[in-house]
Amino acid sequence: MNLKEKLARGDFVITAEMAPPKGIDFGHIRECARAVKGRVDGVNVTDFQSAVVRASSLGGAKMLLDEGLEPIMQITGRDRNRIAIQGELLSAAALGIKNVLALTGDHPSIGDHPDARGVFDMDSVNILQAATKLMEGQDLNGNELSGTPEYFLGASVTPLYDPLELQIIKMKKKIQAGAKFFQTQAVYDIDVIRSFMDEIKDLNTKVLVGVIPLKSAGMAKYMNNNVPGIQVPDEIIERMRKAEDKTKEGLNIAAEFIEQIKEEKICDGVHIMAIGAEENVPTLLDMCGF
Amino acid sequence: MIISKQKPFEEILNFLKGKDKIFITGCSLCATSCMTGGQQQIDEMKNKLEEHGKTVTGTTVLDPSCHRLQVRATLKKQKVELASADAVLCMACGDGAQTVAAFAKIPVYPANDTLFIGEVERIGHFHEACKACGQCELGWTAGICPITKCAKSLLNGPCGGATNGKCEVDPDNDCAWVLIYNRLKEQDMLDTLLEIKGPKDYSKAAHPRKYVVGR
Repeated sequence: MNLKEKLARGDFVITAEMAPPKGIDFGHIRECARAVKGRVDGVNVTDFQSAVVRASSLGGAKMLLDEGLEPIMQITGRDRNRIAIQGELLSAAALGIKNVLALTGDHPSIGDHPDARGVFDMDSVNILQAATKLMEGQDLNGNELSGTPEYFLGASVTPLYDPLELQIIKMKKKIQAGAKFFQTQAVYDIDVIRSFMDEIKDLNTKVLVGVIPLKSAGMAKYMNNNVPGIQVPDEIIERMRKAEDKTKEGLNIAAEFIEQIKEEKICDGVHIMAIGAEENVPTLLDMCGF
Repeated sequence: MIISKQKPFEEILNFLKGKDKIFITGCSLCATSCMTGGQQQIDEMKNKLEEHGKTVTGTTVLDPSCHRLQVRATLKKQKVELASADAVLCMACGDGAQTVAAFAKIPVYPANDTLFIGEVERIGHFHEACKACGQCELGWTAGICPITKCAKSLLNGPCGGATNGKCEVDPDNDCAWVLIYNRLKEQDMLDTLLEIKGPKDYSKAAHPRKYVVGR
């Protein structure tokens, strides 16, 4: 049973996230993939995450597919215009990649080629529109395709945002453009996601709440100061500060959060972003009893 | 207005290497307002060039430098000073410099970098306001241009990258979409934002553009 079917059935879904390597050695991502095979319902493959040059998400997604995992190919509007995005989506479908997560993309200025020109010919909503159109057997301009691709489309949302109504307006557009599921920015405060889910209950969509296991108190403080939409509460920072085994405590905090989300049925699942510590994901899954 | 900024003097001198006699042009409109090509800046430039051993054969404030007929007529009136020069230093925008270059018959060098179409906040403070996209969006964005004021030129609302209403690309800048949201909310017009905007027609901005008023 695949991600789409599980979400449709109402299963509690777990997705993880992996970045293709900066280089051509796929050994690490392959190892991490094997370690979670059969234990997660999908794995996002990031698309030049943080505007950094790496192998592309299409390549990473194909590798996961070959390893027997279900990839969720991320695609942003930063590096490709509408021609290239549609082409990438067609290639993905031809290779058997069905799950696509559409993102606008970070600005090149934050990456490792800050002098690059950002494309932004299409935003996340437009990418969803393009994929939906391809599923009708036509490109964006109505030209016929040979064969009709099938996608299961997703998008992102930031629950901690001021003004939240503006995020929700965009979320509605994403749904209208074809998004069937959402993955959120990492959340640490259960009340934040609870009230967000309450705000969007009429939208009738699937939401996987983002989880980033902490590795230190410093990491939490860094994210609070530098990552839009992430706010780690003081008591969690304090727990991390006091802990002897920081990695373990970070995983404990994540596991408690995930269990509460599942028990109280706050969301349809969780999206675990280990950002560079993918080897810890199997441990976290063990702790949650998945 | 076209906002311009004077190039570093070293760069200007580098252009003028081997050119001893210089004719200077300015512009009565934008470059005068930007203090990059009015009479005062021309006089200052003349003094500096003379300090560096150049001879300034003549100066003029073109009215304006982007108007072909005006430029041609004015340069004709000063053809003696122009003919005795080795080069023209144009203190206007990039458009003004190209217009002068079309008529001068000697090399024309830009004294300014042309920055953007923008507005004067107060003297010496300018901000970009229009990217001349060829299809004005202001009618549904509460008079705030997302093409210009959003770092990604997004048309369907903000990315996730704003914190406290500030853009993550440059925290000195307000998130255009938060500004648009606030103003539309004040005007009770938030519904406007629910309409999906498809990919923009960038063929309208395929350059070089030209426009002839139809009769």
